[in-house]
Amino acid sequence: MSTLKDRMADIQAQAAKMNKQVYKGAENKATTFKKDFQKESPKLVTLEQAIKQSGLKDGMTISFHHHFRGGDKVVNMVVDKLAQMGYKNLRLAASSLQDVHEPLIEHIKNGVITSISTSGMRGKLADAISKGLMKEPVIFRSHGGRGSAIVNGDEHIDVAFIGASSSDALGNACGFSRSENAKSICGSLGYAIPDAQNADKVVILTDDLVAYPNTPASISESYVDYVVEVESVGDSSKIASGAIRDTKNPRDILLAKQAAKVIINGGYFKDGFSIQTGSGGASLAAVKYIRESMIEQGIKASYALGGITAHMVKMFEEGLIEKLIDVQSFDKVAAESIKNNEMHKEASANEYASKDEQGSATHYLDMVILSALEVDVNFNVNVLVGSDGIIRGAIGGHQDTAEDAALSIIVCPLLRGRIPCVVDEVTTLITPGSSVDVIVTEYGIAVNPRRPEIAERLKKAGLNIVDIHDLAKKAKSIIGDADPLPFGDKVVGVVMNRDGSVLDVIKNIEG
Amino acid sequence: MQRLRRTMMFVPGNNPAMMSDAMIYAPDSIMLDLEDSVTMAEKDAARLLVHNALKTIDYGNIEMIVRVNPLSTPYGKKDVEAVVKAGVHVIRMPKTETAEEVQELEAEIEKVEKEIGCLGRTQIMAAIESTKGIINAYAIATASKRMMGIALGAEDYCANLKAQRTPSGDELLLARQTIVVAARAAGIYALDTVYSNLNDMETFRKEVELIKRLGFDGKSIINPRQIEIINEVFTPTEKEIEKAKTIVAAIKEAQAKGSGVIAVNGKMVDKPVVIRAEHTIELALAAGVITKEEL
Repeated sequence: MSTLKDRMADIQAQAAKMNKQVYKGAENKATTFKKDFQKESPKLVTLEQAIKQSGLKDGMTISFHHHFRGGDKVVNMVVDKLAQMGYKNLRLAASSLQDVHEPLIEHIKNGVITSISTSGMRGKLADAISKGLMKEPVIFRSHGGRGSAIVNGDEHIDVAFIGASSSDALGNACGFSRSENAKSICGSLGYAIPDAQNADKVVILTDDLVAYPNTPASISESYVDYVVEVESVGDSSKIASGAIRDTKNPRDILLAKQAAKVIINGGYFKDGFSIQTGSGGASLAAVKYIRESMIEQGIKASYALGGITAHMVKMFEEGLIEKLIDVQSFDKVAAESIKNNEMHKEASANEYASKDEQGSATHYLDMVILSALEVDVNFNVNVLVGSDGIIRGAIGGHQDTAEDAALSIIVCPLLRGRIPCVVDEVTTLITPGSSVDVIVTEYGIAVNPRRPEIAERLKKAGLNIVDIHDLAKKAKSIIGDADPLPFGDKVVGVVMNRDGSVLDVIKNIEG
Repeated sequence: MQRLRRTMMFVPGNNPAMMSDAMIYAPDSIMLDLEDSVTMAEKDAARLLVHNALKTIDYGNIEMIVRVNPLSTPYGKKDVEAVVKAGVHVIRMPKTETAEEVQELEAEIEKVEKEIGCLGRTQIMAAIESTKGIINAYAIATASKRMMGIALGAEDYCANLKAQRTPSGDELLLARQTIVVAARAAGIYALDTVYSNLNDMETFRKEVELIKRLGFDGKSIINPRQIEIINEVFTPTEKEIEKAKTIVAAIKEAQAKGSGVIAVNGKMVDKPVVIRAEHTIELALAAGVITKEEL
């Protein structure tokens, strides 16, 4: 009978063969009560320690998500700290930026941030960038496009800073909290998941440090390097109000009813269909009419996708929608629902809309209702740059859903005040006309000539189908010809297509 | 075919945004208002706006009406001149009490029409908003060959009557029936008063059903959201349409054979039945539930 001692020569030989060490004995076992032991987690550090330990250097890329929308506090907090610590020349890769990120203007001027990629931007930051604030043009990507770029290395992230409404000391993090001390809620953390999975280092910032295990978690501890407890990650009231808002605006109601009729009569309104709608007044109201028809005709949806709203949650709870796939929760009702219902699935940006991922939900999407700042006679859509040449929007999932959905519907008034929204050519190309099937305006519905069968179905249903050129003419006859915009020679933004190709550039606007 | 006047939508004459897109809701008539929705300080500006709206905005086939200020005010005559020159289809007179007031308006219209060479172009409708007006309803309805219709203005009428408005509308029954009878006797349109609670669409629908039963052609409205309900109530049912089609087809066949009276399904069909059937088909066509090709 051989003993361990007898086998030692063989053990050593085998280890050498495998290029491994021989087991040298265990360290002392941790015998502290484990609830207290969690607090000793080496991941639990201050923001400054996390930054230092992450190995972040000048010239590297940091990333953020925008699930708190206008209530986000993480971007400003972290970039302020980086500026204080003397960092320069950083690239900021955000899933999107909002009005609240105005302080970035100073950080850009001081050279802390020298490059940005995002889905969109608004407010004073967007204004300053449109006028040429940055040397490097801002890279604009769709949500699906960003997810793909992070995975394929086009957008390599060195350190991801992820705000979470709860996390344990190991980094199991969620966009909501199950504890009594919950301070914030944003629901899905979908846009941050590619960052967590692919960044070299991942920092979770949370305003509710909860006991291990904070599971099921949106982001697993296995991706997380540091956990930082902060006073607040975001103001949830700025996501959207908790109640369902029903628009009273008669024009929105008119557009909503027309959009709903396109959905119902377009040929895809069958049992088991899938749908995405936006959060605009007309889009929300359309859901109400679609719901009525679903009940009337006994039709159920297999899933609703996207920015999930209270309306969708209501239909899900009524059994009209089997599952919700939620990359972003548009209001508190949706954020609460993702916490409480396992059929309300949180999806990463890649699971949502990546062109490279066969299983992304947009690939199996039947219909989508989208909005637009401008559409043109070739069905191209602009959702990013205003008719004044100033950036004031976001690509969001526009490109992704329009391209993948079997029927894409754009709801866009012909006129906003004295701004024509159906034009000869969009100011900036965001979603190519080849992806866009139907444009709903208050003066009639235009169907892309590539989809004659849709036009036929809608005509049969008694809808007012018009030529897109006539809509543009109508707008011109009311408003007249606009002077050309005073664009300069500098490229301030690059619009990427979701497949990683370059679609358009945005020039600086003068004045 | 006679014009449908199910929905006459009020649009304040001092609101350019609403005037510029009122047609997208497809009411049968749009009524630009220079009277109660415009404050004294804005009367001149609104008149100019309405004039320009009528001249420049493409309202398609929608009937354009302007409610002018009473001729007894400093604004009335100026309003008439501005809107007749802009080519308005109908002038709505507020607070009409006597036939003489209609004739006075007619004289004003004629003066302007003669000046620009379009005599007889402008029609008149009178809003009756007092007990005296109700007593004179037939005289008002027949006061001019330009008369297109008479309408009830319930708020002022009720105040004058010393009655409260109720959801059932009992207090308006005599006035409503008087308006319909006077309008029919004069061969013109009968139009009902506005319903102003936009949060109670159920009571609104009941009121629309009531006025349809009473024989009204339509109703003044204050919000595009009311259009769909009125159109629904005034749209004939499939059964009504089928019956009307059979009657019209039978009478055409009979006329071709030179016979005046026919029987459909064993019932005698005479002129009033035919008129009602034709009206049903007009309403169905306007609502888009049948097409001309189907006929």
